[in-house]
Formats: sequence, C-alpha cells, structure tokens
Amino acid sequence: MASVTLDKVEKNYGAVQVLQQVDLQIADGEFVVLVGPSGCGKSTLLRMIAGLEEVSGGAIRIGERLVNDVAPKDRDIAMVFQSYALYPHMDVRKNMGFSLLLKKTEKSMVETRVGGAAKRLGLDTFLERLPRQLSGGQRQRVAMGRAIVRDPKVFLFDEPLSNLDAKLRVHMRTEIKALHQQLKTTSVYVTHDQTEAMTMADRIVVMHDGVVQQVGAPLDLYDKPVNMFVAGFIGSPGMNFVSATYAKAGNAILSDGQTLRLPDGLPIEEGAPLSVGLRPENIAITQQGGWRARVEVIEPLGLSTQFYVTLGEQLICVFAMGRPEVKVGQEILLTIDPAAVHLFDPETGRRIGA
Amino acid sequence: MIAGRSRSSRILSNVGLYAAISLYLIFALFPIYWTLKIAVTPQSLLYSEGITLWPSQTTFENFGTVLRATDFPRYFMNSVVVSVTTALLVTVIATLAGYAMSRFAFRGKATLAILLLLTQTFPLVMVIPPIYRIMGQLGLINSLTGLIIIYTAFNTAFATFLMQSFFDGIPRDLEEAAMIDGCTRAQALRRVIVPLTLPGMGATLGFVFTAAWSELLFALMLISSDAQKTFAVGLLTFIGKFAVDWGQMMAASIMALIPVCIFFGFLQRYLVTGLTAGAVKG
Repeated sequence: MASVTLDKVEKNYGAVQVLQQVDLQIADGEFVVLVGPSGCGKSTLLRMIAGLEEVSGGAIRIGERLVNDVAPKDRDIAMVFQSYALYPHMDVRKNMGFSLLLKKTEKSMVETRVGGAAKRLGLDTFLERLPRQLSGGQRQRVAMGRAIVRDPKVFLFDEPLSNLDAKLRVHMRTEIKALHQQLKTTSVYVTHDQTEAMTMADRIVVMHDGVVQQVGAPLDLYDKPVNMFVAGFIGSPGMNFVSATYAKAGNAILSDGQTLRLPDGLPIEEGAPLSVGLRPENIAITQQGGWRARVEVIEPLGLSTQFYVTLGEQLICVFAMGRPEVKVGQEILLTIDPAAVHLFDPETGRRIGA
Repeated sequence: MIAGRSRSSRILSNVGLYAAISLYLIFALFPIYWTLKIAVTPQSLLYSEGITLWPSQTTFENFGTVLRATDFPRYFMNSVVVSVTTALLVTVIATLAGYAMSRFAFRGKATLAILLLLTQTFPLVMVIPPIYRIMGQLGLINSLTGLIIIYTAFNTAFATFLMQSFFDGIPRDLEEAAMIDGCTRAQALRRVIVPLTLPGMGATLGFVFTAAWSELLFALMLISSDAQKTFAVGLLTFIGKFAVDWGQMMAASIMALIPVCIFFGFLQRYLVTGLTAGAVKG
C-alpha cells in the first residue's frame, strides 16, 4: 500500500490543455473518487497515474517514488477498466493469474492467490470459463479479481460499473466498498455518477474542464460547495438556483418581488445580483406565509415525492417525504430554512459567505 | 391467414436466395469443372466426342505424363518456395506495420498511408520496364529471390491495410490492461494482441499466398531459365509451336489448385470470426 501524490500535474494535447495544475494528496489506504461530467479530465488523470498517458508537467509520486517516467508495469498498480478488458483467449483462471505469471510467481502460489480471490468474489465455479461465456456482472468480478490477485500498492478504477444495469450497479457498489474496507488498499475511482461518488468515497475530487473544483469528504461537499458547479453536481435531485438581488437589511429579492431573509453581515453590496442555491429538501410546503409557487409536475417515488414548481418564472424542485396532497396547477406556499441557503456570485459562480 | 402468407413469402425468398447462390456457384466453378473434365479425357476422345459434359472414357494418363515426363514438378516446387516465402514475409511485415498504423501517432503517418495506397493504383504493366532494369543491375533476373522481393513489395501495402483493420477491431484497453499487468508493449503484442489477430494473419497469409501462387506477369518477364520457372509460367510450355497439349495443361492446372485448397483448408479454423467476443462490455 502507498500514498499517491499529485504535484501540479498538467496534461496538454498540443495546444489543448486538458488538465491544469492538479494538486492532490491521497493518503495510504484512502478511497478517493474523481467525479465530473464527461470531458472534465478525470479519466485522463487516472490514466496518468496508471502510466498510460504521459505527464506534460508536474510530478506524480506513488509512495515516495517519482513515477512520471516509470512504465505501467513497474508502478505496482492494478486497474479495472470500464470495458473490463478481459483477455478473450484466456479463461478466468488465466485472466486472473496473468500478472503473477509475468512476475514468474511460483505455480502453487498463483493457484492459492487466484483461488482465494475467486472465492472472495464468488467466481470459484467459473474458473475454467472464457470471458464470452460470462454475464456482465461476472466479467466485472473477474476484472476485480485480476486486480486483487496482484495485491498492488494502488487500485485504479475507471468507471467500472458504467456497463452494468442499474440494480447490479448498486449491488457492486456495495461490494467494492466492502472489499476496500477489508483490503484497505489505496484506491482511486473515476465516475461521472455523483451517487457512486457520495456513497463510496472517503474523499471526493470534483473536476470540471480540467480543473479541480473542490476536494473533500462527501458531506462537506454537499453542505459547503465552494461554487455553483460543485453545488449543482453533487446531490440528486440537484440544487435549485434562483436569481435574486441583494436588498438593504439582508433580504434577497426574487424576480417576482418576493423576498427571502438572509443572514446578517454578508460581504455583498446593495443591489448586487445573487444566485440563491436551495437544496430541494430544504424547501418545505407550508399552510401560511412563505413564497407562492405553482405546481407543474409531480413525481411520486413512494417513500417521498418530488415537485417541480414555478417560482416567478423559474422552475425549481421541491422534495418532500411521504405523499403530500397537492395537485398539478395548484398554488402552494413554500418556506425555506434560512440556515440552509447557499449564496453564489452569479458572475464568478463562487460561494458568498461561510 | 397472415401467418400463412408470411410463411409462404419466407419460403419464396429462401428459394430465391438459394437459386441466386446456385447460379453464382455454377458460373464461378464451371471453368474448374471444365478443366478437370479435359484433364481426365483421353487424348483420342478430346476432339472426336465433341462437346459433352463428361467423356465416355476417363484416364489419369495426363497427370502421370505431367509428373514423369515434364519439368512441372520443378516448376511446382519453385512456386511453393516463392509463394510460401512471400506469404510469410508479407504477413510479418504487414502485422508490424499494421500494428504501428493502428496504434501509434507518428510524424508522416498520413503521407505514408497515401504512399502505400498509391502503390496500389497504377497498372503493374507500367512498372515492368523499370523493375526489369533494377533487377538486372542487382543480378536478380532469373532468380526466385528476385520474384520474392517483388511480390513482397507489391503485396505489403494491401496486407498492411488489411492487418491495420484487424488491429483497429481490437480494443486498446486489452493491451493497456496487459501493460499494467506487467507486460512491455512488445509482450502485450505477442501474448494478448497477436493471439487475437490470428484470424487476420491467417486471412493475410492466404491472400498473399494465392496472389503469389497465381502471379504470371512478373514471373513471365523476369524468369527465362527453365530451372527457375514457376508453374504459372510453366503452364505455357504446354503450348507448342504447332499444337497445344490441352490434356496435360489442364492436368497440371488441376494439380496447381491442390496446394491452394490445402492451404485454405488449414487456415479455415483461423478464419472464424468472433474470437474477441467477451473481451469488453456485456
């Protein structure tokens, strides 16, 4: 096991800069998830740690060792690919034992390690099968097994669950997390799915356009997003952003004239535009007072209900537990928990205040 | 009613399909059948029976004569040497070049591809005089080595594109996984990629072998000594000053088909597709 250190890591393709000065310290045994929309550079960063992409600038260290120019095979890492990348001409046993075979490990040792990993993943009865004879979930496990067998310093996962159906994805998510709790191997996991990131990570790294936006524990990112991108990306259903203007005496005035009381002492000038971030679960339907809104769409989920309502001209999402008796087209009143309001500068997207 | 109609229309379309395939096969295979027919017809019946589908008497005498009394066995061996060597050389070169074209970005790649394509565009007859001059200077006229060099040169371009398309069909993830598992790039190529490309290499081998085996133009121009003739040139020796010995010529032709058949019979198991199924996705 080892730590992974990224020091001002950069990646350029010709004149196109895809990663800008990424600094990241991943502790020994930590499970870090890189998350962001497609094209944000997360996979490129992972592939650079793996040694599959050249480093244009900065330094990558695994443990104390600088690995910028070390071949993938000498980095002592294992990687699980989105496509699984199983060797089609080798059966499960050979797929899992391939790396040990290359290291000229003793045969009995290979048997033990492959057998152990297969048992742990429930693959012991499939060892003689070829990849094409396995289901998607089983292939995914073989790919995991191939990584485990090596007992590497670092596990790298490149969207390993994206090709599975929704149910299996949730199941494997739990399994990978449980596996990490047993093995405690440093892991870097790439996904575009914020739910995967929230549920699996010790720490999340949110990336956008090749720039790290924020690094932190899942709930820290949820509660204190540093900008509108992180705020909108983390959480499902996503955060609502309502445009408003800052008025005297600590009020935000919405476009339709309704107001929202804000905490005192905010570093904002009077008349400045604001983007008010409201998580759907921090908005409640009430009987009196509050904002007037019109119900447009109702999404019943059984345990809870999501409403899409128009507030002024803006469509926002409201989350309520249970099944409130509300109809489409109805005017309702909403209250907001002032402590749960996030304020952003609409121009820079940065968070305002604490 | 609807089910019945769709069934009958399905049968009809099947009949049409098989009729079309049969027609094509008859058209394509008839010359070979006719070659065989003439090869087994006794000399005395060749002109006397007129046009019949099968002679009233058959004989293998022509085959015997060709093997015993002509230089055909030597021509045949020359062809085997030239074709097998060319096929092996081209396959090795095209595999390496195709891999590079498929996987690496390098300076001048597009130009190289265009130049390779260019070699395929002009008629070979056009280049015979300069090649004859070059080979003359190198002392490679009347030499099997000369033929091998020319065949290799002219088949490599197409074979490279063929191999490139096979490599393009193999996901990069596979060799990246192998490189993380502990392979160098060369090892990943040998242990993971090449086994998956065997059908492609088989196809290339077969294609080049056949092309070299039946090549006449260069062989005719560059080879005049009897000892170095390939069978395609050798067939012409059955055309005498005053008569063509059809029976022996056809017998020799039939024998010349045998190695190609054996070759493809051997390669058939490598030509199955779908070997990479199960490598990626579900």
